[in-house]
Amino acid sequence: MLRGGVIMDVVNPEQAKIAEDSGAVAVMALERVPSDIRRDGGVARMSDPQMIKEIQASVTIPVMAKARIGHFAEAQILQALDVDYIDESEVLTPADEENHIDKWGFTVPFVCGATNLGEALRRIGEGACLIRSKGEAGTGNVVEAVRHLRTINAQMRRLQSADAAELFALAKDLQAPLPLVQEVAATGKLPVPLFCAGGISTPADAALVLQLGAEAVFVGSGIFKSEDPVRMAKAIVEATTHFEDAAVVARVSTGLGEAMRGAETTSLEVRLAERGW
Amino acid sequence: MPRVGVLALQGDVREHVSMLEELDVNVVRVRHPEDLDGLDAMVLPGGESTTIAYLLNTSGIRPVLEEKIRAGFSVLGTCAGLILLSSEILGGRSDQWCFSALDVAVRRNGYGRQIASFESPVEVVGIGSVPGVFIRAPKIERCGDDVEVLATLDHGDGAHPVLVRQANVWGCAFHPELTSDSRVHQLFTDSL
Repeated sequence: MLRGGVIMDVVNPEQAKIAEDSGAVAVMALERVPSDIRRDGGVARMSDPQMIKEIQASVTIPVMAKARIGHFAEAQILQALDVDYIDESEVLTPADEENHIDKWGFTVPFVCGATNLGEALRRIGEGACLIRSKGEAGTGNVVEAVRHLRTINAQMRRLQSADAAELFALAKDLQAPLPLVQEVAATGKLPVPLFCAGGISTPADAALVLQLGAEAVFVGSGIFKSEDPVRMAKAIVEATTHFEDAAVVARVSTGLGEAMRGAETTSLEVRLAERGW
Repeated sequence: MPRVGVLALQGDVREHVSMLEELDVNVVRVRHPEDLDGLDAMVLPGGESTTIAYLLNTSGIRPVLEEKIRAGFSVLGTCAGLILLSSEILGGRSDQWCFSALDVAVRRNGYGRQIASFESPVEVVGIGSVPGVFIRAPKIERCGDDVEVLATLDHGDGAHPVLVRQANVWGCAFHPELTSDSRVHQLFTDSL
């Protein structure tokens, strides 16, 4: 059951073992972490099945892998490899600038990113069964993750305060399927779990986004680009469990060494969060 | 009214809490050893067993809970919780520990990876058919003589136990908390 916890980006079986030993609930198998993708440029694609298989063989926890937005053939390959979840991810170079993958055609569950409620509901309408707020991957800067989470939450509150007649126009504004808009208005939450990704690089970042309503966190570059990945991984796992207990978060934050260097998002050449439609 | 804890380190804690709240019990989320004080019983939820095992150690809950279970404290483990309560873990990590409270051997992901997850009705002794949600579920491959089998399921390779009990310790391979049917929880709380 994927409820709560930390999903860690790993690029080889050794990192996958470290993630599992540190209490990760799942690993994301990819060839380069987002900060390296950002640095290297070029086209970022699905990982080599060989490395995905090696990571699957090295851990007992679920293994996720990324497909490019709209690249359903990559997703078919990942499903054939028996990955546990597919992330249709803006971190990779999009393959289709209009359409996302029709996820109803697959049996493997999909996770998709969103910057706002309309985007989240469009992905759910296409069959996503987990949503992660996008943040800005590879920056080590939590500001965009906070923006996206707060936006999604604020838009859900707005739906809850609307009367039934207003929901039609709100669905139009959100560009989201009306039945899903009506469901959110009635329940006050997404019909699927809401996780958080993009820029989380310290235990305090994890505690922040969990208190803002995320149920779990994806940590990409934040662990294996830090000074002491093992300690950082364990600290973020503990902070995610005890996110409301500042004494625990303070203890695990103490003497961690340097977090990943990070980037100011206003100076970025490429904003990954803008990929997806 | 019994006080029932839900181990709240990782997993489907919220679902267990809301299901127990429908029954006649006080529900307590357990994140620290002292949260166990005054509890009559506890639920170990589904989640990642390696993650929960890790956090049981870091939180200091493991030795306190171990002692209480040995002293007759009632526990119900679902999915990952069953793995933690078992005596032998097959197909897991070689260094994965368990409470050895339930004399069963379980195979992690015994019914397959995420993609092989399934739903099937389960016939439970005394309460009838309940909906069974199996997500990367552990398979009980051996059961000791003192273990009472309350339900079995044949998922194509012969019948295996999916709900078992040994005195105060209950194990469930599926996720009753993910349905709207609270009868498995009721069966457990009625035993308190």
